[in-house]
Amino acid sequence: MNRWLVRIAFFTVLLVAWELLVRAEVWSRVLVPSPLGVAEYFVESISDGSLLQASAVTLRRLLCGYAVGLAVGLPLGLLIARVNFFEDTLGLIALGLQTLPSVCWAPLALLWFGQTEVAMFFIVVMGSVWSVMLATDAGVRHMPPIYVRAARTMGSRGLRTWLKVIIPASLPFIVSGMKQGWAFAWRSLMAAEIFITILTGIGLGHLLHYGRELHAMEQVIAIMITIIVIGLLADKILFSPLERFMHRRWGTAKA
Amino acid sequence: MNGTANAKQIPTDASPEKLRVENVSKSFRMRRETVQALDSVSLDVREGEFVCLCGPSGCGKSTLLNIVAGLEKPDSGRVLADGKPIEGPGSERMMMFQQSSLFPWLDTMGNVLFSLKLKPRLTNQERREVAEFYLRLVGLEKFMRANIHELSGGMRQRVALARALAPNPRMLLMDEPFGALDAMTREQLHGDLQRIWEKHRKTIVFVTHDVREAVCLGDRVVLFSPHPGRVRGQYEIPLPRPRNVNGGELAKYAIEITEALKGKGNGSASQREESP
Repeated sequence: MNRWLVRIAFFTVLLVAWELLVRAEVWSRVLVPSPLGVAEYFVESISDGSLLQASAVTLRRLLCGYAVGLAVGLPLGLLIARVNFFEDTLGLIALGLQTLPSVCWAPLALLWFGQTEVAMFFIVVMGSVWSVMLATDAGVRHMPPIYVRAARTMGSRGLRTWLKVIIPASLPFIVSGMKQGWAFAWRSLMAAEIFITILTGIGLGHLLHYGRELHAMEQVIAIMITIIVIGLLADKILFSPLERFMHRRWGTAKA
Repeated sequence: MNGTANAKQIPTDASPEKLRVENVSKSFRMRRETVQALDSVSLDVREGEFVCLCGPSGCGKSTLLNIVAGLEKPDSGRVLADGKPIEGPGSERMMMFQQSSLFPWLDTMGNVLFSLKLKPRLTNQERREVAEFYLRLVGLEKFMRANIHELSGGMRQRVALARALAPNPRMLLMDEPFGALDAMTREQLHGDLQRIWEKHRKTIVFVTHDVREAVCLGDRVVLFSPHPGRVRGQYEIPLPRPRNVNGGELAKYAIEITEALKGKGNGSASQREESP
């Protein structure tokens, strides 16, 4: 409770200081809008639906790409962890491509797919799939072999061992890989939306881009805040339950 | 054993020669040399017998247990369980390990249920009842919903014992299950294991490097010597149960076996004739 009071007080002081500095005309109003101006933009864009619609478009792209990133990255990660041939081939590719900043996929995606949803999707998948894959690989490799041995003596084999033993045993690694994959997907989508102008839906990245072109600093700041809030909410909604489960079961210290 | 839970058990076939190990050899290739872990080892275990394999590290006792479990294959020789060659691991021979092999992502109950889930003939209700029965048997009825990390080392091995007993395996293989516990907890578990064995008369093959532990628990102690791993001698332990690991009678046997391992004693009345 006390900690919440501290947090609220901190942000109130920050906002008041911001407003006062703007009123004192320390910087040009064009470059630094007042927090009230940003709030005004929020009220307008929420009431005319444009902000919510852009958020929905962006989230849909993100979730689709991320889901595919997970669906591809998880099984491939298991595969490279258990089969040396795939570790030596696919594993190396994953390692290399993971170091590539995902915005670097934008020019290639534009040339291959044009200004389409497919290009966006491609960039998000490429941004997330490699880290999910490598984290899963690391998780399986760090798993104590005794779990699989014990499961085998209990008569578990094949797919059952994978689903009921290897994947849950690797969960701490897999979840941190999922979080990293989510962060990369989010970054790459924003880069893609700022880079690629398409007509099938205006996302948050586009609003950010237009804000710059129109010198609408209120809009730029407001969209940045929106992006931060969505990121925080996703963390709470998608990963917190999994992390709480792991802290409870494994007994690791609460982060 | 109370009647209602007894009815829930899965029947096992009875046969006099539970386990037969015939001329089993196994070697491991290390970086520089090849280590002969087992050199032509033969061994018979009767139905309902508690046999301890005892010897210093490197004598191949754990390797033999892994072969019996089906986790490893012998280079030569064969192992028959209930007259049938062992093809691979399975729940008819449940294994308990020295380190905790409990799954941290499941609670106590979930761990015991894991082995029972592989029994397709049971309903979920029956599985739950069997699991509860065995958790009560090892004295953990208050910890059914506990997380594994909340349990002490001794409690974890009790859960592992319940998990191993729950599917009613034909035999139990125990690889130094109490080796990592403190002395007091170990004594408690010796008592529990004897009590449970007296009730259920499960065939048990128990690996330990502790001669006293072997004498305390076993009907028979099979002594191994290392490099290469061979059966050095076998000792019947006719002491009444429950035995205390600090008992005086027990110490005599332990001393005799320890002497034999050093190569001094050449056996006494209790030692069996070693088949060539």
